Amino acid sequence: MAVLTEEQSMLRDAARTWTQEKSPVSAFRKMRDSGAPLGYDPAAFREMAEMGWTGVIIPEEYGGSDFGYLSLGLVLEETGRTLTASPLLSTALAAASALILGGTAAQKEAWLPKIAAGEAVGTLAIEEGPHHAPEKAALAATKSGAGYVLSGKKTFVLEGMAAGVFIVSARTSGKPGDKDGITLFLVPADAKGVSRKALKLADSRGAAIVSFENVEVGADAVLGEEGKGYALLEKVLDRARAGLSAEMLGSAIQAFETTLDYLKTRVQFGQVIGSFQALQHRAAKMFTDLELARSCVEAALAAIDNDSPDVPELVSLAKAKVGDTLHLVSNEMVQMHGGIGMTDAHDAGFYLKRARAAEATFGGQAYHRDRYARINGY
Amino acid sequence: MADFGGDIDAFRADAKAWLEANFPASLKGKSAMAYIEDANPDDGDVKAWTKAMGDKGWGVPTWPKQYGGGGLSAAEARVLQQEMNRVGAWNPVGGMGTMMFGPTLLEYGNEEQKQQHIRAIAKQEVRWCQGFSEPGAGSDLASLQMKAEDKGDHYLVNGSKIWTSGGQWADMCFALVRTDNTKKHEGISFLLIDMHDPGVEVRPIRLIAGASPFCETFFTDVKVPKENLVGPLNGGWTIAKRLLQHERSGIGGGGSGGGGGNNIFGVGGSPAAAAKTYVGTDDRGRIDDPDLRSRIIGHEMDAKAFQLTAFRMMAESRSNQGPSAATSIMKNAGTKVGQDRAELLLEVMGTQGLGWEGDDFTADELSTVRGWLGGKATTIFGGSQEIQSNIISKRILGLPDPLGPSSN
Repeated sequence: MAVLTEEQSMLRDAARTWTQEKSPVSAFRKMRDSGAPLGYDPAAFREMAEMGWTGVIIPEEYGGSDFGYLSLGLVLEETGRTLTASPLLSTALAAASALILGGTAAQKEAWLPKIAAGEAVGTLAIEEGPHHAPEKAALAATKSGAGYVLSGKKTFVLEGMAAGVFIVSARTSGKPGDKDGITLFLVPADAKGVSRKALKLADSRGAAIVSFENVEVGADAVLGEEGKGYALLEKVLDRARAGLSAEMLGSAIQAFETTLDYLKTRVQFGQVIGSFQALQHRAAKMFTDLELARSCVEAALAAIDNDSPDVPELVSLAKAKVGDTLHLVSNEMVQMHGGIGMTDAHDAGFYLKRARAAEATFGGQAYHRDRYARINGY
Repeated sequence: MADFGGDIDAFRADAKAWLEANFPASLKGKSAMAYIEDANPDDGDVKAWTKAMGDKGWGVPTWPKQYGGGGLSAAEARVLQQEMNRVGAWNPVGGMGTMMFGPTLLEYGNEEQKQQHIRAIAKQEVRWCQGFSEPGAGSDLASLQMKAEDKGDHYLVNGSKIWTSGGQWADMCFALVRTDNTKKHEGISFLLIDMHDPGVEVRPIRLIAGASPFCETFFTDVKVPKENLVGPLNGGWTIAKRLLQHERSGIGGGGSGGGGGNNIFGVGGSPAAAAKTYVGTDDRGRIDDPDLRSRIIGHEMDAKAFQLTAFRMMAESRSNQGPSAATSIMKNAGTKVGQDRAELLLEVMGTQGLGWEGDDFTADELSTVRGWLGGKATTIFGGSQEIQSNIISKRILGLPDPLGPSSN
């Protein structure tokens, strides 16, 4: 565990208490069973906002607490533990980062206070294929008078059904695959020509396909500079990836602890199964991996707070390592629970399904291993 | 040898003629499993085909003719399968009765039991389910508690079973029950229980992949006739072990006659082929993600090695060298290949490999996700991966058992 300030310790403790009491895995199960249209419980998210979690990285002048990414990571780790489904990552981390890093004063004024208060949900609309590839944006933004017309489709938009504003990557020049020529736009969900459709994914969260049909936006909708959106998007994505890594770390830790409890209580052959060395060693391996992954996640978040030049490297390291760890632990959770872990009545399946969705989000392990190599020049 | 070849040719001609006369063209190439899993196929052609195969005994071609089997030699059964494949015919007789219970009863049942049950299985008239595992008795199956008390003219059964696959459709259950509390393995008996008894309650289990054929089954004061005991009282463990061998050889791939050996993998398709579609290729035709490509290569090599081992095992057993040492590794090796394949397919499909339902996903994509989840059970049921490793360590490698003798 990183050395925390007193305020950070208090934030983490508050997050742990709230998630354990108000948002345990049974709350996620209830949400899933009810077929909640947004993929999360709006009342629970309101409580999170009231506790100030939606404003952790937002400057005080816009209604936040300017408390930094490591602090928000502490909250996300706790929500990850109980699989709390909410737009926290999409809006309070990804969208807020985009506005903080690239927004004009007017854009910040328009959206950051609402995001900090949990009144508006923002999200990235950047994927167009089955694999994370931000440079492959093809959605067209054509100049029209003083503004632009957007046409195209985005998929795997997290919290796409709940979002009030999308941060859309569009092509103002060049071809898909070119890093130059990508422009980010702020597009309100109620703009004419925007439509969305829920994607029913295995993790039961609120992803969507969002279509943009001749959506007219003004020049003031451009976030950052025209044609230079890729560099900004990468910075935003690195923050989102680091936050997601913290959430995944929390999920992995809880999956491990639940499994460890089972090893200590399940009796077969007249003894607890945790007395078998074959299982002990696998548990020890998972514990080792979790400790290594935690170092990477905390280093990535701290690097963001310090505006350190090694953010991209550390973020890819964290996402890849925590991805591998969650992959392993979620599989072992099912295997070590045996038959009961295969049943829908048990939580293991939730962790397994969430693990693969989180792994695929903002680049999987293969993507980040490759990026780590490219950053380091091999 | 010349005679043998002549007989086989004659048999081939007979089989061909019989199939032409009896296999309804409307069923050509359809899936056998779809009909076998279904409780009451309404399709008249299916009924006719099932009756024809049942009367002929060819659904269980190598079982003895006197009990309703086909009475064919292994060579004849292979020829029958070849001729069935040729006309797109499939075996309408299947399920736990043919795969596990029937062969076991033929070995351990008495004459009356064989007469009573084998023919009904061969004709697909009675469906069976397995009552072995209990909530507290999984890998340690012999710790089972469901009791059968001797009440003079019957046994009184009380307790519960879990993972009774097909329990909701079954007419009969072959179950392991405790008939002696003072001994572990030597206190277990093998009993046949009528699932239509009012004291039997079946609750289907929902799995992480969705609806399943598995059930939890509760037995309350169920009276079972004494003649339904198979083998000696307290001698059920030996029978159970034999039956589990039939189960494991079925799971490990290959299986007997016609059944798709790939079913264990839970998912179809090759990650390498899928990657070309979902990930794309570079200008030299290579999967355009070196990291993924390297792992796919590793998997495809594992799959090939597994397939070659299956062939070697079959060749060795056919040449009467006795059971191959490779047999013991097949379940763990096969299930690993299957699970790795599912994980890779999921990864290759990216976010399209995360779909749960809806028209934004192809049928292949949705079945990959469900198959990936369902396939996690293959290293748990039929002797978990850990139990299989114990068996290899102790029985094959001769390593000491820290739990003492007969833990498995």
